[in-house]
Amino acid sequence: MTSRERASLEIDGIVQGVGFRPFVYRLALRFGLSGWVRNTGSGVQIEAEGDAGDLLAFCHALRDEAPPLAVIGSFRIENIAPAGGDGFVILDSAKAGKGGEISPDCEVCDDCLAELFDPNNRRYLYPFINCTNCGPRYSIITGIPYDRPATTMAGFAMCDDCLAEYHDPLNRRFHAQPNACPVCGPRLNLVDRDGAAVAGDPLGEALAALREGRIVAVKGVGGYHLAVDACSEAAVGLLRRRKKRDEKPFAMLAADLDAVRRHVQCSDLEGRLLAGVERPIVLMRKLPQTPIAELVAPGNGWFGFMLPGNPLQHLLARSFGGPLVMTSGNLSDEPIAYRDDEALRMLSGIADLFLTNDREIHTRTDDSVIRLYRGEPLFLRRSRGYVPRALALPGEQVSVLALGAELKATLCLTRGAQGFLSQHIGDLKNAATLASLEESAAHLERLLEIKPTVVAHDLHPDYLSTVYGQGLGLPCVAVQHHHAHMASCMAENALDGEVIGVILDGTGYGTDGTIWGGEFLVGGYQGFERRGHFGQLAMPGGDAAVKEPYRMALSALYRLHGAELFRQPLAVCDQVREADRPLFLKMLEKGINAPLTSSCGRLFDAVSALLGVRHRISYEGQAAIELEALAETGSATEPYPYFLAGGAGDVLDFGPAVVAICADLAAGRSRADIARAFHKTVAAGLVDLCGRIRTATGLDRVILSGGVFQNRLLTEDVAEQLAAEEFRVYCHRLVPPNDGGLALGQAVIAGRIFPRK
Amino acid sequence: MNNDLILLGHGSGGRLSHQLLEELIIPQLSSVPVAGQNDAALLNIGGVKLAFSTDSYVVDPIFFPGGNIGDLAINGTVNDLAMMGARPLCLSVGFILEEGFSKEELARILASMREAAETAGVAIVTGDTKVVPKGKGDRIFINTSGIGAVEHNLQIDGASAQVGDKIIVNGCIGDHGIAVLSAREGLEIDSGIRTDSAALNGVVASLLPLGSALHVLRDPTRGGVATTLKEIALQSGVTITLDEKSLPINPGVKGVCSILGLDPLYVANEGKLLAIVAPEQAEEALAVMRRHPLGKDAAVIGEVTGTSSGKVQMETLVGGVRGVEMLAGEQLPRIC
Ligand SMILES: [Fe+3]
Ligand SMILES: [Mg+2]
Ligand SMILES: [Zn+2]
Ligand SMILES: [Zn+2]
Repeated sequence: MTSRERASLEIDGIVQGVGFRPFVYRLALRFGLSGWVRNTGSGVQIEAEGDAGDLLAFCHALRDEAPPLAVIGSFRIENIAPAGGDGFVILDSAKAGKGGEISPDCEVCDDCLAELFDPNNRRYLYPFINCTNCGPRYSIITGIPYDRPATTMAGFAMCDDCLAEYHDPLNRRFHAQPNACPVCGPRLNLVDRDGAAVAGDPLGEALAALREGRIVAVKGVGGYHLAVDACSEAAVGLLRRRKKRDEKPFAMLAADLDAVRRHVQCSDLEGRLLAGVERPIVLMRKLPQTPIAELVAPGNGWFGFMLPGNPLQHLLARSFGGPLVMTSGNLSDEPIAYRDDEALRMLSGIADLFLTNDREIHTRTDDSVIRLYRGEPLFLRRSRGYVPRALALPGEQVSVLALGAELKATLCLTRGAQGFLSQHIGDLKNAATLASLEESAAHLERLLEIKPTVVAHDLHPDYLSTVYGQGLGLPCVAVQHHHAHMASCMAENALDGEVIGVILDGTGYGTDGTIWGGEFLVGGYQGFERRGHFGQLAMPGGDAAVKEPYRMALSALYRLHGAELFRQPLAVCDQVREADRPLFLKMLEKGINAPLTSSCGRLFDAVSALLGVRHRISYEGQAAIELEALAETGSATEPYPYFLAGGAGDVLDFGPAVVAICADLAAGRSRADIARAFHKTVAAGLVDLCGRIRTATGLDRVILSGGVFQNRLLTEDVAEQLAAEEFRVYCHRLVPPNDGGLALGQAVIAGRIFPRK
Repeated sequence: MNNDLILLGHGSGGRLSHQLLEELIIPQLSSVPVAGQNDAALLNIGGVKLAFSTDSYVVDPIFFPGGNIGDLAINGTVNDLAMMGARPLCLSVGFILEEGFSKEELARILASMREAAETAGVAIVTGDTKVVPKGKGDRIFINTSGIGAVEHNLQIDGASAQVGDKIIVNGCIGDHGIAVLSAREGLEIDSGIRTDSAALNGVVASLLPLGSALHVLRDPTRGGVATTLKEIALQSGVTITLDEKSLPINPGVKGVCSILGLDPLYVANEGKLLAIVAPEQAEEALAVMRRHPLGKDAAVIGEVTGTSSGKVQMETLVGGVRGVEMLAGEQLPRIC
């Protein structure tokens, strides 16, 4: 006879609200074990007793067969004295603990999908079908513990059939908090722009409107989308005009991978990303011949696609057939609409119809956006599907609330050695976005049971996040922008010690009061030294120079030609009217609202405008994005010259490259080749400077971070050349290289500055 | 940045100025908790209600299109008294002159001071002159203090804005700041931008008959309309919403601001007032202002829209709503 043993197990991670307890229950039955399972404040606790071999197999199965949405963080086993007893039970939750984790929203599982399209199933075509393995989570949770009353499903009383499923431990819907069916759950409805109900079947009428080229606002999991027929030039044009969004690419929804592959080159990895439960938007290269309207992504070689992320999108995509534009339901820079009354007010000038429902969205979450770099996925935006999954920090630290930057704001809360990066919040200059930052901080603190003791914010004195953070009454750490970028990339790569940080972005406030953005830092979490930077250019007009890249081109030319600037035979000079030129020159001469910046992004803007690619932008980064697209079509073997000034604090000056570019323009060299050569130049200069720093410091680990590293061409050039020089290169994989990932770095730095007591 | 030193930004009228005032100056010097929050102090001396105010003028350059440091020093203090609804009576003048300063220029400044005082109907009754060695001052600094009679029982105060109130400005914004900037930097722009420097006690006198409908009067000088409204929003604990398209701005100022990338909301004025008025009387207030020569371009630029926490926001031309904050110091790029 084999020995009888009893084990006590504690499992933390995302193990609540994902069907973990019924899974444990089923395993216990399978291996003939007795005991119990219950939720604790931070995870689940199990006591199981039985044959030693069965117990071991049970423990293996717990890990290997965990439900799809579960993420096991820690797993502790202890042998305890057998207590006998028979049967296995699910006990009520134990209160208290260090705080649990919450599952992100999740795409429909295969079982639910099969039921959705099964005419004999009672949830046939029901757009709110879900189970413990799938469905909305983060967006509907209003508080803790995660139970139906603490979700926006609280107002829906389950019918007898649903209740029976909910209470049956062997059912896929056992304790599925959003469980619902057509009898008892949320319902679709279709209203016009005045909020008046439209007669007929909501889905059918919405589809008919889409086929007629009309714009339909569709309430999804994290907010409203605006949908139109992606193949209708007229419909997409109408959406652009009404949304006042002239050029920024629109994302699209396609029914399945086969449909996606008709329009873009989609590799296996891209296919897997698209089909993952997180359902991000993936940017893929356009195919030469596609029926998709040019206006969907003008001047851009890439399309963003997503596969259906909720049952309603499945129903829409399947019935519509072709691809649908599915862009965020917002006005230019406003946050995406998610409350019904607000959506109606905000979008009534854009959408003809609203396909909505009576399940409230509690937390707005935008779609996540991913693009592949060197065969690795890189987040451009990390939001729905990924948030609030925990990120591992390099060590245990005090609880920090880090508030990010200003544009693409996200915040980060820490607990122990875990960091929780929030959903994309947006541009804080917008009044509603700032309010949303405050709400998101409070909501996440409540859900994760975190009471931060330290606030981290950007060094910029006027960022709204800075002003907000300083008003919270907690000790504050002001973190230099590029130091935070560096720490963010170090943290997700689990690095410690000293590194070389190559941080390239638009603009960030420097420790010397000037504007940085092409930085070579040496240091670690505790501190840094600015070892080198790009040569400085004036930003004539401050923020206006960001929106109008021709100003940066003129600034670069002013450095070379001074007052003779407007005599240069270059098209970019025509951007300033004859009558305004004396004032424009004075601005540069006297430095009136023309702060100096070492920004790499502004250098790309200057070259983009110099080549006539883009003089004024209608979305962030447009000039550089279009310059990259142009460079992809060109070829160049040699970089342009640059000047690397010596001494401590090396300056990487691209003035010589600007001279050469002007000469090439005059000589009629193809603009695509010039653009390609320029990318090579930046890469070459950067590697050169890294070499010097390695010689001086002995460091060979290079961190690549900052929004400029969304430029695929540059990133690949840089990473390849650095690797060829035997540097160890670290890029982002888990959080965006842009300001969306900044809060993570701020949080870790603050954690090091305020050691844990 | 060294936290122990006074920075130029501490004089910008923005957030740093407020911090200096709240953290250092008021706790040390003031016996009255609300001191420093309004443009002038209200005093009750033997049953007589007086307003008392002081201000120092350090503008560079000292002469600029439409005026000079002299009339600015008179109008500035007259306006501070007027913003309490007081009738300015008399002023003191203190000069700090730098060794080597031209007598001819001083004479021109004095002439414009006399003229400004006559226009405003105030008497200059006492004064003082000091000279500092060359290099220890910048040509001329002027301090003026003033006393005004308060002849009403109204509660005109930065803390009196109420939900629903309309915000009225008596004309185009940003003229003074741009005129001074052009003169200082030698912009040689031929846009006819002149300072709006003017005494506003006449406009205020015409508004006083509105009685208790008149809630707040404030002159948006340093830091511009944005900073002044933010102060009022904080003092009154309200949300103020501006409408970008209704802001009166001279085409010349608009043009210069758009080339230089400056936001006229933060540019200084010296002859403008913001009146916050109960909604029922707003039309009347606007009409009264427009009848006055200093109010022809008066406009309703926004309203008090909520009772929360000192927010100012603006409905923009493109249809969004952006927050309007007080800057720490000067305008800095912030787009990443
Ligand atoms: Fe950045
Ligand atoms: Mg004053
Ligand atoms: Zn499911
Ligand atoms: Zn039901």
